[in-house]
Amino acid sequence: MTVKYLIRTFVFAALLLASSGSLADMRGSGDLGVIIERASGSIQIIETTNRTKLFSVEGLGDLSHASVVFSRDQRFAFVFGRDGGLTKVDILTGKIVKRVVQGGNAIGGAISQDGKLVAVSNYEPGGVRVFNSQTLEMVADIPAEYDGGLLSKTVGLVDAPGNKFIFSLYDAGQTWIADFSASNTPVITKFTDIGLLPYDGLITPDARYYIAGLFGEDGMAMLDLWHPEKGIKRILDGYGRGEEPLPVYKMPHLEGWAAAGGNIFLPAIGRYEVLVVSASSWKEVARIPVHGQPVFAMARPDGRQVWVNFAHPKNDVLQVIDVDTMSIIKTFKPGRAILHMEFTPRGEQIWVSVRDRNVVEVYDTTTLEKITELPVDTPSGIFLSARASRMGL
Amino acid sequence: MMKMLSQSPARNVFISAGLFFLLLAFSVPAAGTEQDPEPKRQRELIHLLVQDCGSCHGLTLKGGLGPALLPQDLEGKDNEYLSEVILEGVPGTPMPPWNVEITENEVRWLVRRMKEGEINDR
Ligand code: HEC
Repeated sequence: MTVKYLIRTFVFAALLLASSGSLADMRGSGDLGVIIERASGSIQIIETTNRTKLFSVEGLGDLSHASVVFSRDQRFAFVFGRDGGLTKVDILTGKIVKRVVQGGNAIGGAISQDGKLVAVSNYEPGGVRVFNSQTLEMVADIPAEYDGGLLSKTVGLVDAPGNKFIFSLYDAGQTWIADFSASNTPVITKFTDIGLLPYDGLITPDARYYIAGLFGEDGMAMLDLWHPEKGIKRILDGYGRGEEPLPVYKMPHLEGWAAAGGNIFLPAIGRYEVLVVSASSWKEVARIPVHGQPVFAMARPDGRQVWVNFAHPKNDVLQVIDVDTMSIIKTFKPGRAILHMEFTPRGEQIWVSVRDRNVVEVYDTTTLEKITELPVDTPSGIFLSARASRMGL
Repeated sequence: MMKMLSQSPARNVFISAGLFFLLLAFSVPAAGTEQDPEPKRQRELIHLLVQDCGSCHGLTLKGGLGPALLPQDLEGKDNEYLSEVILEGVPGTPMPPWNVEITENEVRWLVRRMKEGEINDR
């Protein structure tokens, strides 16, 4: 080993240290998260241990309805913007690593089981595009073609075991599985006639069932991923039949579908209710009357509480359901436009976006008291890095 | 019943019926009601348009689950038709009726504003 080599190595190491900050500054990323600043096209990177803001990152385009997935090492956030922008952000340094505009009008994304692929679901052009998560180069384009050439908006994109992506076609009433286990040329399985106007989809936390919400009918479409050959099954058919549904001012989200106590809690469509459905029989067990049309029903990780927010014009209220007694134990009024909430990984805190007050509030979920609030410009989605290790998120 | 009207024919009948009544309503000259909403209410309406309509039509109204509502998309579409859709919604689709929150006078102003474009909520 030459002296020159040693010196070079030393200089290189020193440079590396200098560029990434000193060892004392090093930290993990398991308690970090991203908050979307909806109107300004920026994000904040926050940490939930001391509840502070670390960075503000600008230049991410149109972030209405933006969503985020994390790399498996929890270092990078992939931010999906409405304008088709896909931005990879290093959450430890607060820098944009790479940004591509991949489509005209995107709705959400997912990361594959092996972490190598990032998929984006597009309204325009209707379909799903899949990218190399390292380079953001496109590796597959899956146009959502139906009826001889029409393109459907795609919704409810999730990842599934076996390096698959699953999504639904809003205009066509179909669900597709794109299997990337063999190569980057996916094997596509199509399920047709799943029902009218699927508007969102989710995979259960155990990654066994894919369920699409149907706007055009009273029920949901379910696929058992252990037995895809059995096809789509309709569940909750006819719930609320015979009642006039109320108008829905914001589409409910299925992503936060709360599994708690052997049941699943989900927002009813067009009703001021949270539905409780048995996770084994898929039959309705109860309905809990709530303040408005629920948008998200989120279970605390231990399953003891479900927190619910509501659609316009009742979106200034947040309610907490006790799963044990299936009753509301607390009603908060934090301000107009409560758009999203997220629990810390073990559920001791919940972070809540209050858009019109330009704050994110943090509550202690045991005392149900507010701990603090952080200034955030028109906050919407809150995404914590622990999502990296959960299927379907 | 939640079983919705099947897609087009029923809907067209519905819309044309709605249009007919709207036309009827407008053929009777209303005394001095054609006034723009107050500036404060205008700001509220723009806020509603960007934030709440925006959740389905895109914050910049470039389209989302619902179609794009930019001037070039609305050009050539009848103001009465657009007002009717906004007030009554489109049954069988996610487009909800807004008549609880927006008056007929306000919706006419809103539609004119949408056709002008350059909408900014700040
Ligand atoms: C919950 C989702 C949702 C919300 C919120 C929503 N829309 Fe819509 N809107 C739709 C959908 C979906 C359609 C398409 C309906 C169809 O298939 O004909 C639509 C259609 C329309 C149309 C007809 C467009 C055309 O070219 O025919 C207008 C105008 C419109 N919406 C205006 C509004 C306005 C103004 C607001 C807010 C006050 C609003 N929408 C809020 C979903 C929504």
